[in-house]
Amino acid sequence: MIKAILIFNNHGKPRLIRFYQYFAEDMQQQIIRETFHLVSKRDDNVCNFLEGGSLIGGSDYKLIYRHYATLYFVFCVDSSESELGILDLIQVFVETLDKCFENVCELDLIFHMDKVHYILQEVVMGGMVLETNMNEIIAQVEVQNRLEKSESLPFILH
Amino acid sequence: MALKIVKGSIDRMFDKNLQDLVRGIRNHKEDEAKYISTCIDEIKQELKQDNIAVKANAVCKLTYLQMLGYDVSWAAFNIVEVMSSSKFTYKRIGYLAASQCFHESTDVIMLTTNQIRKDLSSPNQYDTGVALTGLSCFVTPDLARDLANDIMTLMSHTKPYIRKKAVLIMYKVFLKYPESLRPAFPRLKEKLEDPDPGVQSAAVNVICELARRNPKNYLSLAPLFFKLMTSSTNNWVLIKIIKLFGALTPLEPRLGKKLIEPLTNLIHSTSAMSLLYECVNTVIAVLISLSSGMPNHSASIQLCVQKLRILIEDSDQNLKYLGLLAMSKILKTHPKSVQSHKDLILQCLDDKDESIRLRALDLLYGMVSKKNLMEIVKKLMLHVDKAEGTTYRDELLTKIIDICSQSNYQYITNFEWYISILVELTRLEGTRHGHLIASQMLDVAIRVKAIRVFAVAQMATLLDNAHMLTGNTQRNGICEVLYAAAWICGEFSEHLENPMETLEAMLRPKVATLPGHIQAVYVQNAAKLFATVLKSQEGNTDSTTAQEASQLMIDRLPLFVQSANLEVQERASCILQLVKYIQKLQQKDVEVSEEVCALFAGELNPVAPKAQKKVPIPDGLDLDAWINEPPSESESEDEQPKAIFSKEEPKHSRPRHTEVDEKELARRREARKQEQANNPFYIKASPSSQKVYQETPGVEHIPVVQIDLSVPLKVPGLPMSDQYVKLEEERRQKERAEKKKKDKKKRKEKRSGRGKKHDSGPESEEDITPAHMVDIVTEEMPENALPSDDDERDPADPHKALDIDLDNLESAGKRPLADSEKLPVRSHRAAEVLKSPAEDEEGENVSSLEPKKKSSKEKREKKKDKDKDRKKSKEEKKKKKHKHEEKEEADLLCGQADEPAFQSEETNEVVTPPTSTSADVSDLDFWLSNAPVPSNTQEAATVAAAEAAPAPGAISVTTPDSEPEEPKDTEMEETKSSKHKKKKQKREKEDKEKKKKKKHHHHHHHHGDKGGEESVQNGTVEEEEPLPPMSNYCLLAENSYIKVAYDIQGNLQDGSQVVVSVIFENKCDSFLKSMEFNVLDSLNSKLQRPEGSGPHDSLTIPFQLPPGVSNEARFVFTVQSIIMPQKLKGTLTFIVKNEESSTHEKLDFKLHFTCTSYLITTPCYSDAFAKLLESGDLKSSSIRLEGVNMPFHHLLARICFHHHFSVVERIDSCASMYSRSIQGHHVCLLVKISSQTVSVDAKCDEPTLLGNVLDEIKQTFSQC
Repeated sequence: MIKAILIFNNHGKPRLIRFYQYFAEDMQQQIIRETFHLVSKRDDNVCNFLEGGSLIGGSDYKLIYRHYATLYFVFCVDSSESELGILDLIQVFVETLDKCFENVCELDLIFHMDKVHYILQEVVMGGMVLETNMNEIIAQVEVQNRLEKSESLPFILH
Repeated sequence: MALKIVKGSIDRMFDKNLQDLVRGIRNHKEDEAKYISTCIDEIKQELKQDNIAVKANAVCKLTYLQMLGYDVSWAAFNIVEVMSSSKFTYKRIGYLAASQCFHESTDVIMLTTNQIRKDLSSPNQYDTGVALTGLSCFVTPDLARDLANDIMTLMSHTKPYIRKKAVLIMYKVFLKYPESLRPAFPRLKEKLEDPDPGVQSAAVNVICELARRNPKNYLSLAPLFFKLMTSSTNNWVLIKIIKLFGALTPLEPRLGKKLIEPLTNLIHSTSAMSLLYECVNTVIAVLISLSSGMPNHSASIQLCVQKLRILIEDSDQNLKYLGLLAMSKILKTHPKSVQSHKDLILQCLDDKDESIRLRALDLLYGMVSKKNLMEIVKKLMLHVDKAEGTTYRDELLTKIIDICSQSNYQYITNFEWYISILVELTRLEGTRHGHLIASQMLDVAIRVKAIRVFAVAQMATLLDNAHMLTGNTQRNGICEVLYAAAWICGEFSEHLENPMETLEAMLRPKVATLPGHIQAVYVQNAAKLFATVLKSQEGNTDSTTAQEASQLMIDRLPLFVQSANLEVQERASCILQLVKYIQKLQQKDVEVSEEVCALFAGELNPVAPKAQKKVPIPDGLDLDAWINEPPSESESEDEQPKAIFSKEEPKHSRPRHTEVDEKELARRREARKQEQANNPFYIKASPSSQKVYQETPGVEHIPVVQIDLSVPLKVPGLPMSDQYVKLEEERRQKERAEKKKKDKKKRKEKRSGRGKKHDSGPESEEDITPAHMVDIVTEEMPENALPSDDDERDPADPHKALDIDLDNLESAGKRPLADSEKLPVRSHRAAEVLKSPAEDEEGENVSSLEPKKKSSKEKREKKKDKDKDRKKSKEEKKKKKHKHEEKEEADLLCGQADEPAFQSEETNEVVTPPTSTSADVSDLDFWLSNAPVPSNTQEAATVAAAEAAPAPGAISVTTPDSEPEEPKDTEMEETKSSKHKKKKQKREKEDKEKKKKKKHHHHHHHHGDKGGEESVQNGTVEEEEPLPPMSNYCLLAENSYIKVAYDIQGNLQDGSQVVVSVIFENKCDSFLKSMEFNVLDSLNSKLQRPEGSGPHDSLTIPFQLPPGVSNEARFVFTVQSIIMPQKLKGTLTFIVKNEESSTHEKLDFKLHFTCTSYLITTPCYSDAFAKLLESGDLKSSSIRLEGVNMPFHHLLARICFHHHFSVVERIDSCASMYSRSIQGHHVCLLVKISSQTVSVDAKCDEPTLLGNVLDEIKQTFSQC
């Protein structure tokens, strides 16, 4: 199970947070801060696994993260997930974002947090991996975007 | 209207959208909070508007603000409004917001049930998808209960997109509403073989999550997963399955054996590192589960270790990390194979990545042995010196101590070395772990008696150099060590070379700067030292030394009397007065030393950590009873300072008498450990004694301790612990040489005697003798301690509720779903369910009207009360029903196999024969026993034999654990029988309905009590139809007292054995006892009797049957030829005992060994099957069955179940099947159906066997 997915930038500013277990808002912020603290002090050439923080998880949980340019993608997962598998999944997720936003950068995530959520929803659902095939993910996202467009057109014409 | 809409959209154009909000926040970096609060005000205004577009926009912005940490739960109702918009765009926004901020205590959630249900059944699959995604994040127990049925229906949706989401969310539903697991499980299992890979992956995912927490319930799925593993190419699915197998193997070692080969193949073939890694992990799990005596798996271990080495050597830090992680798993069971890679792991300690260093440290912990401990610790000490950053250094320090102290100092051969290491560690600056070092020093000094002399000398040096430790004013850290040093010097002061010097060192003015609790120990132990000095001067005519000591105490103690610390002050003033008194006596030349020493007499022993818990409560002591009436409030306030005092006290006082009870000791020990204080320091003197190690040769002459303290303890140059490494090397060499000499001698002796060779191999673990007699004082335990294990599962674990036995849900299962277990459906549907069976019954059976009413009333009640107590009553009903159903199936099938007269009789019965799950289990057994490893056959056979006959002899009893005591209540029995009848009729009715449905393709909502049935409405294929329950138990014999049913299973491990399981059921009101079972052996088949009994002796059945109870016994028969069916005559004798009389009864029977019973369900792959047919070794034969009126898959299931075949391949109305006899005959079938005619073409290498099997198949279907 994935317990949480956090995306934040090099300064710890959250760009997307998705908890699959309930935490109150202030706790969520604390977790983000702690995770940022743990992850940001690591060099880029060290391993991508961290034995979990004190706030989220416990001994069974791990932080698996990737660092792309200005953004950290952090997945907090338990031992039922394959570490390398999750790393691949982060890659798939980022590549999907890249396709959907055409050369994704931090600004895309800042201004379109909702869209990023919709894409993530096609990858992970309720803490479990839903789809790992990028083409399938993109296809579903696109169909839904088209659906949204078709709804908005008649609205403006009214 | 149009105007309003236009106005609304114009309004909207002036509202901020999400992008504007983000931009605004970025432009107000200085006063972000203020800006956001104005935005929230705007959002509140927007939410008040009627326009849903405006609301959705506002909710979208709130979702963003939620991410920034703002609580938006106040808008929960607006979120629900947006969720219920008919537009996908807004719905999606609403569900997203809900999934971000709803949780179980959000009260508006209960308003969403109907909306979500509506969305789930929306014609637009994306509405459904969005609802499922949202629900997966905020599902509550109520939502789970109410929507479980809808979601289950979606699992068979036509769109794979919905199917996979529905399958995944079921896991969340199970967690919140565990009752849904049993009804939903068959369909979930079905989804494992869904044509869409995404759905399949989702199902694997869910089952893996379930199985991870309760693996034993999913063992029976192993064959299916095995098939998936060998067929799937999706790495994600493979990883999950392989991980699942890792969880299952510890429960079933035979599974592991089966897995090794395919996993090894995968390891060799895959290019995906993630898959490779998981394979290695699972192989390790397998090896762990097999660890006892499987020498032929050393190749697998080697393979794993070798692959892991490649990972660790990889430049990718991730692989390195994982390699080390997996390595630590191997370490537990196969330390030797890991130890050879010590170099590599030590290298990892130099890695720049802290995660990797920590992993390597973990590994080292498990790698140490007596042989390499010193070497490893030496390396670690080097790293301690090099390490920058106190965290890692502290980690190293704790690891060194952990490594050395593990399992009661098991690996330490030289405690002097260890004390030196501890002393060296005190040089660490700024460490937090002073208390850890201190507690180690104390522990070693107390528990290893032989080391006390050395330890005391070292501690005295430490005390002498205390200024080095206290020089630095850093608060936290190392000065805690002084606590230990002072205590050890005081407690074991008789070993001190120069107690006077140490006494002086302990009373220096500098001591007053130490933390209070350490000063207190100083003062107390100064008194002990003083006593020792007095004692040493006893009988000495010149009393100056003693008087000097008294004077020293009197001079220095006043400093402590002024201490601000209560404890120090109290002790100091007390001791000061004592010493003053002693001085007076000394001046009168009175011998006082004995009295003073008596103050500190007594031995201190360590106490086991669990000792206190294990103190048994004496009889008649009620710990919960008030001793006095509850104290008034004012009294309770007094309690507090007391507690503080008593907590602190044990640090300083020492139990003087052994009779101080263990509880107290344990508590004090604990308190002592908890203490902490601090300061880094350095010791310039490195005392060590070299002489000690120049031991006189001779193994038996290893001295307890031979320290010559007259030799100065200082050795210039090397840090002292290093010397021990060298010295230890020398010592071992000497020992070895000595041993060789001895061996030679022995050999000579032996040669002259028997001439036998004696091999002295390389030095092994056991050869290393400790330098000291390691006299580790065992921990004390209270007398009469109760042995108890306290590892219990967390009662709050949500997975506990999911520990549900699912095996019985198999199509051939014994325990289908009970009424009470069906998922709640909406009320109008429920009414339908209630109505139809009642109508049906009226038409068919008028006589049973009354019980019917009763049961339907019961049902209605069940529906109505949704209170909590429902669960309870359900539970009971469940039990009853299951039992009843089991019985019914067994009976039905017995009826089919035997005369119909039996069937009619059966309806009047109340008593239930239990059918154990043995059939299921043995299916798995047979699958497992097919492991390709040849060596396992024997072992598996013993397992099977052990299963079959745990008792000496050939009889075994299995009492199904699900079988509670039979209720004696007549009323209960009545209800049961009524339900029983109704059930049966209902089933008949359902069958009819199904047929109707098929003919008319009539979509007709019928919600039966079987999960599988509902799928029909989704237009899925007939496969979905549930199979009628089946059982292989058929009636053996019956009279008015007893009913006996039996089943025969082959034993693949032994080609000449079959196991006959016999169920005995007491039908009368009397007690049945002294049952004896006997069979007249034929030349071909013989009953296995216990050793020593004659060929005609009967076997005593090792149980008695109270009225209405049934039980099962197994008998093993040996058969020679299996190609012909056979009947064996036998008798069962028993005594019927009731209050008045006891009679001896006899029941004759014929045990029918069909050829089918020699067949064993064996899976076969289509390519192997094709090869087999091509080989041309097989003789063919065929039969035709006319008028078979059942679906094809039922037909196949029956052949599989009753005749132990497995389906190889099925194409439309044609299927190939395979089975194998216990003697290895292959039996292949090709079954075709066309309009009620079934043709079976068969091939087998033994034509007689084939003919008989076909006849039996024919018979099975002629009885349908």
